[in-house]
Amino acid sequence: MSSQPTSLHAWLTSETPASRRQARWAAFYKGWLSLKSNHMAMAGLAIILALVLIAAFAPWIAPHDPFVQDLGNRLQPLGTEGHLLGTDSLGRDILSRLIHGARITLYIVALVALIAPVAGLLVGTISGYAGGVTDMVLMRITDIFLAFPRLVLALAFVAALGAGIENAVLAISLTAWPPYARMARAETLTIRSSDYISAIRLQGAGPLRIIIKHIWPLCISSLIVRVTLDMAGIILAAAGLGFLGLGAQPPSPEWGAMISEGRRFILDYWWVATMPGLAIFAVSLAFNLLGDGLRDVLDPKDSTS
Amino acid sequence: MQMQRNFVKRQPRLPLPHWVRGLIVSLFSISITMLGLLFVTFLIGRVMPIDPVLAVVGERASQEQYEAVFLELGLDKPLIVQFFYYVADVLRGDFGTSLLTARPVAEDIARVFPATFELATIGIFLGCVLGVPLGVMAAVRRGSWIDQIARVVALVGYSMPIFWLGLMGLLVFYGILGWVGGPGRQGIFYEDMIPSVTGMILLDSLIAGDWGAFWDAFSHIILPASLLGYYSLAYISRMTRSFMLEQLSAEYVTTARVKGMSEWAVIWTHAFRNIRVQLITVIALSYANLLEGSVLTEIIFSWPGIGSYITTALLSADMNAVLGGTVIVGLVFICLNVFSDLLYKVFDPRSK
Repeated sequence: MSSQPTSLHAWLTSETPASRRQARWAAFYKGWLSLKSNHMAMAGLAIILALVLIAAFAPWIAPHDPFVQDLGNRLQPLGTEGHLLGTDSLGRDILSRLIHGARITLYIVALVALIAPVAGLLVGTISGYAGGVTDMVLMRITDIFLAFPRLVLALAFVAALGAGIENAVLAISLTAWPPYARMARAETLTIRSSDYISAIRLQGAGPLRIIIKHIWPLCISSLIVRVTLDMAGIILAAAGLGFLGLGAQPPSPEWGAMISEGRRFILDYWWVATMPGLAIFAVSLAFNLLGDGLRDVLDPKDSTS
Repeated sequence: MQMQRNFVKRQPRLPLPHWVRGLIVSLFSISITMLGLLFVTFLIGRVMPIDPVLAVVGERASQEQYEAVFLELGLDKPLIVQFFYYVADVLRGDFGTSLLTARPVAEDIARVFPATFELATIGIFLGCVLGVPLGVMAAVRRGSWIDQIARVVALVGYSMPIFWLGLMGLLVFYGILGWVGGPGRQGIFYEDMIPSVTGMILLDSLIAGDWGAFWDAFSHIILPASLLGYYSLAYISRMTRSFMLEQLSAEYVTTARVKGMSEWAVIWTHAFRNIRVQLITVIALSYANLLEGSVLTEIIFSWPGIGSYITTALLSADMNAVLGGTVIVGLVFICLNVFSDLLYKVFDPRSK
């Protein structure tokens, strides 16, 4: 950083990065610029950022307490004084419940997005790097999990572990890791035989160092794309478990569970089930849009869709 | 071609014909996968917080009764031995008895499966009939309004919770417009009127020649089937589009155009012929997904299929039924995958 350029932009777009850090940041910046030109992806990003902010400041944004019941005020329609999105069957404000529900949704998505890809990365890179019997055994296990229908397997897991958010997260992660493992293995196989890996190996680097320092970083970008595109599926799966009564438990304002509550009055009080559904739709749409945009930036070879 | 044949002849002679070897290898790999599937369900059944003995004898059983059943179920044996008992039972088609219906689980599943099959089959039919042409058109007219529509259709399909869309469909088409039948497979008037032959009401009512019952069943199945059809349409049209784009940019397409072939012939007899193989895999995969994805749809529409069966069993802690259902769904899943691999070999001359 001795040759401090005049502006940040110049520093980031410099043709001759002076340090490793500058090169890294410049690569990020270039990706960001090309993502920024994709309007749909930016709309998705905006929705996700809004969701994060709403979740962070939920108690201050929400007009009412999401748990306080007001039985004299049940099933009020949209636009009622003080209840913009109406109230549910126990007189709780739907808008406030949606706002607090954003926390649960983000919590589930973040946990699954941490557990499943990391597990897949571990299994995939070990399998690809080790080869031989290890590879065969690990890939067989992966195939078995892939052979299972995801929702049914998640249902069975939740049945075994008991209903609740943490167990729903575990069940979804257990069904979500195999594709990541497959992907990481395929990448590892192509990286493993490249010259620079041989060079490091000759310098005396052990398998652990090679995997962590030299293989993982190269798997990350395709993993990120895949995770973002999977987020929508994770949200839908979590909402589905909540809807079936196997995810977050009743007083909690989880969106899927809210739809399940509203289902009983759907023909007379349509908004009770409609509003949480719209929230789920908006968020998973946002993740899909952002994922498509990220794929175009990070993984241009697949960008035909 | 001649060269290739010579090459094959020069290889050392195998003791078995090539396809027999292939069959043995794939049968072996299927059975390993099946065994793994059974092992996972077995483990799930073992870590359940529900005592399998209490589930049989009930809360008020004496200590002796409890121990007798404990030994009878083989729970004193090592886990691995128990697993082999379990596999042997499953191979004989014995999934135990359902606590809820007090009937063998296998019998229950045979009763509910046709309902799911009927629903998923109509769903995949709709998905193919609409999704494939949509995907082809979107690829041919890339960037046009039809491509945009295909994109939005797919995006919405990927992002919409299926159970919510089902509820909204019920609200609009049943509650407000009254165009379709409500939840369930039949109206009250026709319930149990049709003798069950195949278990699929549409077919059964045709066999019985009862048109009233047929239209009634049709009005009940059309909404959930369209819903499933929409979800497979989203996936199929997207995949068709990207396969077609790949073919249309190939040189043989340009050659065909230069030769003066009509656009119709270029698209359907050249490019489309070459994506059939990939499409079969995609369709088989989404068919398998429909058989499973119908879990939530079946709940919404009170459809008495395997999805509702598993979920109801789950909520009442009927573990034999849950595991039996899971194994069956997994089995169907694996079979469809194998089937699509086989079709692949039949249709793709390169794999011969």
